[in-house]
Order: sequence, then structure tokens, then C-alpha cells
Amino acid sequence: MVTAVKEKTAARNDLDPALLVRAYRVMLLARATEDKLASLYRAGMIKGGVFLGKGQEALSTASSIFLKKGDIYGPLIRDQAGRLAFGDTVLDTLRTYLGSAQGPMRGRDGNIHRGRPREGYYAMISHLGALVPVVAGGLYARRLRGETGVVGVTSIGDGGTSTGAFHEGINMAAVEHLPLVVVVANNQYAYSTPNNRQFVCADLLDKAAGYGIAGFKCDGTDPTACLETLRLAVQAAREGHGPQLVVASLLRLVGHGEHDDAGYVDPDLRKANVGRDCLEVGARQLIEADLATDGEIATWTKEAQAEVEAALNKAQREKGPDPTSEDWQAISTERLVDGHYDAEEE
Amino acid sequence: MSVTYLEAIRAAQEKALADDPRVFIYGQDVGAFGGAFKATKNLAAEFPGRVMDAPLSEDAIVGLAVGAAIEGARPIVEMQFADFSTVGFNQIVNQAATLYYRTDIPCPIVVRLPSGGTLGAGPFHSQSMEAIYSHYPGLVVMTPATVEDAYSMMLEAVSIDDPVIFCEHKLLYYHLKADKLPDVAQPAGKARIARAGRDATVVTYSAMLHESLQAAEDLVEEGWQIEVIDLRTVKPLDTDTILASVARTGRLLVVGEAWPWGGVTAEVISRVATEGFGLLDAAPMRLNAKDTPVPYHPDLWAAHRPTATTVGARLRQLLTQ
Ligand SMILES: Cc1ncc(C[n+]2csc(CCOP(=O)(O)OP(=O)(O)O)c2C)c(N)n1
Ligand SMILES: [Mg+2]
Repeated sequence: MVTAVKEKTAARNDLDPALLVRAYRVMLLARATEDKLASLYRAGMIKGGVFLGKGQEALSTASSIFLKKGDIYGPLIRDQAGRLAFGDTVLDTLRTYLGSAQGPMRGRDGNIHRGRPREGYYAMISHLGALVPVVAGGLYARRLRGETGVVGVTSIGDGGTSTGAFHEGINMAAVEHLPLVVVVANNQYAYSTPNNRQFVCADLLDKAAGYGIAGFKCDGTDPTACLETLRLAVQAAREGHGPQLVVASLLRLVGHGEHDDAGYVDPDLRKANVGRDCLEVGARQLIEADLATDGEIATWTKEAQAEVEAALNKAQREKGPDPTSEDWQAISTERLVDGHYDAEEE
Repeated sequence: MSVTYLEAIRAAQEKALADDPRVFIYGQDVGAFGGAFKATKNLAAEFPGRVMDAPLSEDAIVGLAVGAAIEGARPIVEMQFADFSTVGFNQIVNQAATLYYRTDIPCPIVVRLPSGGTLGAGPFHSQSMEAIYSHYPGLVVMTPATVEDAYSMMLEAVSIDDPVIFCEHKLLYYHLKADKLPDVAQPAGKARIARAGRDATVVTYSAMLHESLQAAEDLVEEGWQIEVIDLRTVKPLDTDTILASVARTGRLLVVGEAWPWGGVTAEVISRVATEGFGLLDAAPMRLNAKDTPVPYHPDLWAAHRPTATTVGARLRQLLTQ
């Protein structure tokens, strides 16, 4: 039951023009945020790594923009845009990278490992694939509670599709017929490892048939195609058609992390369709559809940059966590804390 | 009327399901079949839709539990054997165990591990994994040794807001019996003096409690009075009760069925050595399984694990030091 959706689908007219504009502005904001993160990294102002999703904003935005309050979103490394579309803020992004105690992770975790699970925004652990069963579990509990029409979306890379957790999680979600959408960003590499060292199936979409779930394919560099595909996938999940696998092809236009010059990327790929910058494609699409002018896009870009500056000003003034006032407690039940080690220190 | 250790675990799960609509059970064969050991017998029929067979996917089973816990559910997941929890290890130690610290959201899941050696079970159906889980911050590790504890600690495991690794010993499932289920529960986190004595302290837990109690009984004829402490939970470890006992006896033997490198027995000795060195009249001793996979043949297995005989022998050494 694989439903291949044609690239640049004719159904694009079904998309609300306001949604196209909103999605594009989220992409712009994500790009502005990540450009700032890259410069902060180069200036040595961020402790630890910086992992960006440049070139993947269209797919990432589309992944979460159709979610509603009460839905579940489990983003991964390259999902700055999807996070913002789901309600994360530039301020919380910068707080987490800069270690502000006021960020959602309070300095206890950093960078992309952030979320607000109570609001359906799950906080990934580093271990790739591990989030697939967790989002499935969130959906399972919602259903047990009698909630209907809830959707969960999570992302994975081409490399992550080789994990046991990805396989176990999707198969279990299929068995449980859960409203889970798994979005695979096939950016051709897992760190330096190319697709041909990752899998030998003709297309990652083939996996959908193996799990007995629906599959969609789209051009990850084309914002309209991504939006149209995700609209259909999320709708199918919401209507009770079980898990949906979306596979998009694209290229990350940065290194794996900001420490990485990505010298291993085949130069021909950069020149090919997958190497297009989705922000440029999106701008052209808006202009061609008379939804924006060059001038408006320039203004939106400036507004996005200004929003990032303002958030940075605030986040930079916030204090980091105070080690002396930490409770150093990994469980919530006070009486079951193994307090022996503290006794040793005193 | 008597009740076995296994029936106690089943009864506790039944009560948890009845008392709290947020509780559900997920695991391989736990549904209509009632579980490989029948710890969920009839529960699927009694609680439709809340006791479900899972695919053979330990990572996904534990991952599902964590996601459900984020949404306010209180899942109990059964690993068919403790040994297979290695396949769900990542979700246990990196997902469940870090959730509260990272996000301030508690993770009230119970992972049931049918643990320990039984006759003929061999290398992959016999393991004791309490030490490896205790090593990770963010987990509570329970190791009940009695029918009463199996019942009340299971109920407590479901009720507390943190992930609990519930190590239930398969050797105790059918043989260990009590007259009835307990009315009052001793809280987790506190050790229990299972037998009072004055000449030496044995600290132990789970099935080794019964080997140790037998050894203590065997030494009575020789004039020794051995105190035996049942840890009940290995994390947290009730160091105070151990130290108070060692203060009375001056001698310590720690017995565990798990492998010797590191682990619960080493941790107990480390704590007594650092906090109660002056209380000791002799070097503390420990007794564990041998440092090999758990062997299949009954004769090899009997020699691999501590028994009342080897605990007794080690105690005689300790007492005459
Ligand atoms: C289970 C696991 N193994 C290894 C890593 C280290 N690692 C982090 S990102 C990455 C590459 C991921 O590639 P892919 O899934 O294609 O995602 P992409 O980075 O291309 O977006 C690796 C190997 C990890 N995070 N998790
Ligand atoms: Mg990749």
C-alpha cells in the first residue's frame, strides 16, 4: 500500500497560501537561528558541539507544521525548523546552547537534546532510533486514555534507519496501528558514511511495504512538495490509517557538526537536485505564486535576524545553573535516593 | 491456603490494575497466554485492552513504556527473562533513567526481570542483572527475597514515580510460600534483619537470602550466631542498617548470586570499609558466582553459584580469622 506522491505534486494547490508563507517564514527563522549558532560556535561561545540542519528546513518545517496542540513531536538533530514550527522558541534554543538555567533543560542537557515533554515536545537522547518507540508509546498511552485524532511525528536520518530501535519501533507501531508518522531525511550521508554503506534496498521507501505501512516520497529540497506530502501523511495518520513512512531526499548543506568540513560529500551531489537550497527554492515558489515579492522576503529575513538578536541578548544575560544549589538527584522520590555518596563528601 | 512468590507478583499486578486506570502491562506473551511464567495469568481477560502481547522487541517495549509514562501512564513491562533486557538496555539506562534529571518529568515505569539461575537454564536464562542497572543513576532496583516483599514491593514499584527495575527470582517463583499476602508493607529502601545474631553479619538479597539463612542455621550447632540482613532493594542501598549490624558483630560476609567483578557485594564492602573500617574485627569477605557464564549442567551450575554449603564454609573462615 505504498502511495508514492509525485514530486512537485499537482495537489499543491490544495495548500492554503497562508500556510506556504508561514512555513517559509519558519524556515527563514530556523536559518537565521542556525547561522547565529554557527557564528557563536566559531567565536568559542558555545560549549560542546553544534549540529545544524541547513538545507533540511523545508522537510523539517513540513514535519511538524500540521500538528496541533495535543499532538506529539519527537524531533532529531536537523530539526531546528520543525521545532520552531511546533512551538519551540529561538530564546529556548539559544538558552539551551548557551547553558542558561532558564532554558527547558536547565543546563542539564544541551543543544539539540531539548524539549518540553509535557507539551508533547519530546527531548531526544543522542542514541539514534531510540525516539521511534518512545513517540509510539506516547501515542499508545493517549489511545488507552480514550483520546482520538492524536498524531505523533518523529524524524530519523538515512543512517538512523539501520538501527534496531528504528526497526523495532516502526514494526511495533504497525502492530499497534498507531498514528505515527516517521519522516526519513535521506541526506545521502550518515556523518561521512554514504548511502551505499548504509543499505542496499533500491529506496528506503521500500521498507514501508516490509512493515505493511503506507509510504510517501518527496523532494526534500522543495518546500511545497514537502508540505503537500506531510499534509497527506499526517492526515492519514489522524484518520486512523496507522503508521506512515515519509522518505525525502536532500543534502545537508553544512558539516555533520560545525567542526566538520564535509569534505567527503561528492561534489556532483552538491550540483544535483538534492544539493539545492530549499530556502532559494521556496522563495522562488512564493514569488512565482504571487505570494511574496523580493522585497517582502528581504524584510522577513531581516525580521528573523532581529528576532534572533533579541533572543540572544536575553539568553546571554541569563545565569547558568549553580552547582552548589543543584540537588544532584536523578530520581524524584526523595526517600529512595541513594544518599551515601553525599555523606562521603561532607 | 498459601500463596507463592509468583502468585504474589501476579496478585500485586492485579491489584495495581484494579486500583489505577493508568496502569497497563506490556510484554511478550503476557496477554491471553498469561506470560512465560504465568505472572499475568487471567489478567488480560480481567482487564481488557490493558494487558497486551508485545512483539519480540525489547527496545521497543521499554521505549513504549517511557513514552507512555511521559503521557501520565504507569506501565509495567515484562522482560521474558532478565537476560533479554540487554536488548532493551539502551531504553532503560539512557531513556528511562535520564528522563527525570533532564526534563523534570518523572518516569514511573516498572521493568520486571525474571532473574537468576534455575536448574538447566544455562547461560542466557539465568542472569542476575541488578548490579549493572544499579550502576546507572536514575533507577530504583528492587530484589525481593520473600513472598511478602514480592507483593508489597511490586505495589510500591508501580506507585512510585521513578523507573523501577524489579528483579524477581525465578527459583523462588513456585517453591517459596507464605500463608497469606501481607496487610502491611515494609517500605522499599530499608533493609531487614532476617535473622538476628552476634558473631558475624551476612548481607545478602534475593534467592541468596535463603542459602544464607540455611548456612546460619547450619552454624548454630557449632555455636555461632549469625546475623543475616536482607537488602530488599539494592539501590538505594541501606548502608545504615548494614553498618549498625557490623557494629554489633565486627565481621562481614556479603553474598550475591551475580558475577564477582564490581557489583552489589563489592559496593557493600566498599561502603563498610570506607565508613565502618573501625567496626571490623576481621577483613570483610564476599562470595559471588564464579566469573564465567552460568553453566547449563546441573553439577556445574550447583558449583557456580553460592549455596548454603559454600556460604557456611566462607563463614567459618571469617569467624576464625
Ligand atoms: C545509536 C547511535 N550510534 C552512533 C551515533 C553517533 N552519530 C551521531 S549522528 C550520526 C550520523 C547520523 O546519520 P543520519 O541518521 O543519516 O542523520 P544525519 O546526521 O545525516 O541527519 C552518528 C553516527 C548516535 N548518535 N547514535
Ligand atoms: Mg544522513
